[in-house]
Amino acid sequence: MSTAAVARVRTGFLVRRRRRYTLFIVPALVVVGAVIVFPWLFTLWMSAFDWKIGTVAHFVGFENYTKLVTNQRFIESVVHTFYFTLLAVVAPLILGTIAALIFHREFPFRGVLRGVFVMPMMATPVAVALVWTMMFHPQQGVLNYLLSLVGLPPSLWVYSPQLAIPSLVLVEVWHWTPLVMLIVLGGLAVLPVEPYESARLDGASEWQLFRYITLPLVAPFLVVAAVIRTIDALKTFDTIYVITGGGPGTASETINLYLYLQAFAFYNIGNASAVVVVFFVIVLALALVLLHVREKTRWS
Amino acid sequence: MADHDRSEGPETTRRRLLQAGLSAAALGAVPGVGQLAANAQGTFDWKKFKGEKIEVFLVKSPRGDLLTKYHKEFEDLTGIVVGSEMVPEQQQRQKAVIELNSGNPSFDVIQLSYHVQKRQFAKNNWLTDLRPMIADKSLAFPDLAFDDFAQGGLNYAVEADGRVNSLPMNLDPWVIYWNKELFDAKGLAYPKSFAEIIDAAAKLNDPGKGVSGFVARGLKNANVPVWTSFLLGYGGGFVDANGKLMTDTAEAIDAAKMYQTLLAKSGPPGVAGFNWNESQSLFLQGKAAMWLDGIGFAQPIEDPTKSRVVGKVGYGVMPPGPKKQVSALFGDGQGIQPFSKKKGPSWFYIQWASNKTNQTRMLQAAAGAPVRKSAYAAAQQSSDFKSPKEWVECMLASARIAQPGLPIISPVTEFRDTFGIALTNMINGADPAIELRKATVEFQPVLDKSEKA
Repeated sequence: MSTAAVARVRTGFLVRRRRRYTLFIVPALVVVGAVIVFPWLFTLWMSAFDWKIGTVAHFVGFENYTKLVTNQRFIESVVHTFYFTLLAVVAPLILGTIAALIFHREFPFRGVLRGVFVMPMMATPVAVALVWTMMFHPQQGVLNYLLSLVGLPPSLWVYSPQLAIPSLVLVEVWHWTPLVMLIVLGGLAVLPVEPYESARLDGASEWQLFRYITLPLVAPFLVVAAVIRTIDALKTFDTIYVITGGGPGTASETINLYLYLQAFAFYNIGNASAVVVVFFVIVLALALVLLHVREKTRWS
Repeated sequence: MADHDRSEGPETTRRRLLQAGLSAAALGAVPGVGQLAANAQGTFDWKKFKGEKIEVFLVKSPRGDLLTKYHKEFEDLTGIVVGSEMVPEQQQRQKAVIELNSGNPSFDVIQLSYHVQKRQFAKNNWLTDLRPMIADKSLAFPDLAFDDFAQGGLNYAVEADGRVNSLPMNLDPWVIYWNKELFDAKGLAYPKSFAEIIDAAAKLNDPGKGVSGFVARGLKNANVPVWTSFLLGYGGGFVDANGKLMTDTAEAIDAAKMYQTLLAKSGPPGVAGFNWNESQSLFLQGKAAMWLDGIGFAQPIEDPTKSRVVGKVGYGVMPPGPKKQVSALFGDGQGIQPFSKKKGPSWFYIQWASNKTNQTRMLQAAAGAPVRKSAYAAAQQSSDFKSPKEWVECMLASARIAQPGLPIISPVTEFRDTFGIALTNMINGADPAIELRKATVEFQPVLDKSEKA
């Protein structure tokens, strides 16, 4: 057989083999298409319609989007979302890092206490929210009782428009600080010991060790924790819905709560779809920023 | 406020309003209906649909639980197999709308909340007209007697055009629970007017002892019936004959001022976030002198394991307002979806669900306030009936002066949301007239659009 004939046979074999392999990815493509691509395209399509369930849909182009820009309630919900996210990311990051530094040291019953510390993370969010709802009750809740024990005046917690979001963040902090602690603890466990030994020989204090060695080295892990927490905080629905329902008034109404009302209480599907698209863009932009930061903090 | 279709113009609207009133009032005298029981006695075949299977879609509630508990009894009686699904209220409403809109619901029978779904279901023709089956002697249960149904329930079940879309099951007129011990301590009697409610609440309010003069829902959406309870007494309404909102009239503003005064000045701290459960827990602890809410709370109030005010509570009919004495009414019933191929067996089921036995059971189990009047006499004869006589009297008296507590419109949830936010803002100090005006301007286009669609 000539070289050209061999090459032809080989090429034919490769093409056939590639075809066979291509078939294997078809199921995955079908699934991705059905559960991700199609719903997204359909959501985009619906966002161009004025459609309330039970009525005929009318094509309105970008009208749903232009209305959102001037919708005071939607704009407030965006502000509430960012405010909630900022607090619900920063507070667990700080507390989780402190907890990780503590649990990284050797002390009696460390294992047991670490187990106890991560327990909130295992609880169901709705159950957690119901318990906290009772705890927040201004007259009969345990939180005000605890304040009274140390001589502090009672607080209105989630029943106050000003305190609603910070109080909800308190629940998030209790629930998710252990997750940050676990991530940072993992980072601390793999840190090299040489820089510490060298710094100690140079007379560095504990604070300097933390500030100039631990923190820079553990930063990539903190960024990972921040990415996970940001996405989690942005999509928080259950806790807020159960505890305040977005209230008092609209004081704790985030984009998710607003979206839920539009879609499942008012059945304004077109408007709700536009909100979904805008929310997706916001999440995507934030995720890109955080991934960029992650690249910057990666160990070289 | 009556149901109407504004797209047909004012003349048609008035005619339909009249028809609605006449239809509801005359239901007991509709030829065939009055004699149903007598006619049906001899010819009725309980096993007519033996072997058929129906699906019922219930709300997770004490009433849903009660019916589910006795489904076997229905199956034994009729030979019809019942498959049931019980879902929490909010989710049940969402699922129902989506499935009915699809034209292929998974259920035959649906439990509906009149105050939320009546107009929505009627406008979309999502319920079967029961009149042909009511008139068919071979299909009506022997104990089906419409003169036994409270008028408020019949008003909800009958549409403006005379269609009977459902059978009512439960009524929920709003009443005032009052703590007799706290009233006695201040030498006060149960208020006889709106002015006396405000006056008594102010005198009974004692923040130093942690006692509030008045408690009710402040949470947006949930709080609207509190305001409408006052609005109806001030002689106000929801929507006029031309489809214009009446929510910023002088009556509406007076009612909102009363709401603001009671909750902001005599209510507990944080009341802007209170739903019925927070209000209930405060009242049960003896920390509130008056509590305005639906009538269905006698059981926890009189339960010594839950309540510190057992035997100390008065059940008060809503006092007269400046113009009228009205108790805001809510309720639920059951209907048959129009695409069902099991309409006959489904009709058997909804008759069974609201028969005298189940209505009496409902009262005995404190699972609601039955729409059938005979249930009250029957329940009181039972030794295990624990609700006080005063509660029964309050229920019957309230039902006599009851009017729908929410407008009969499709976007009722948006109405509650928009005006609920305004009311919450008022508790936090906003001006009632400005808030109501703002909410009215915001909601009018939503209402217009819903009626045109």
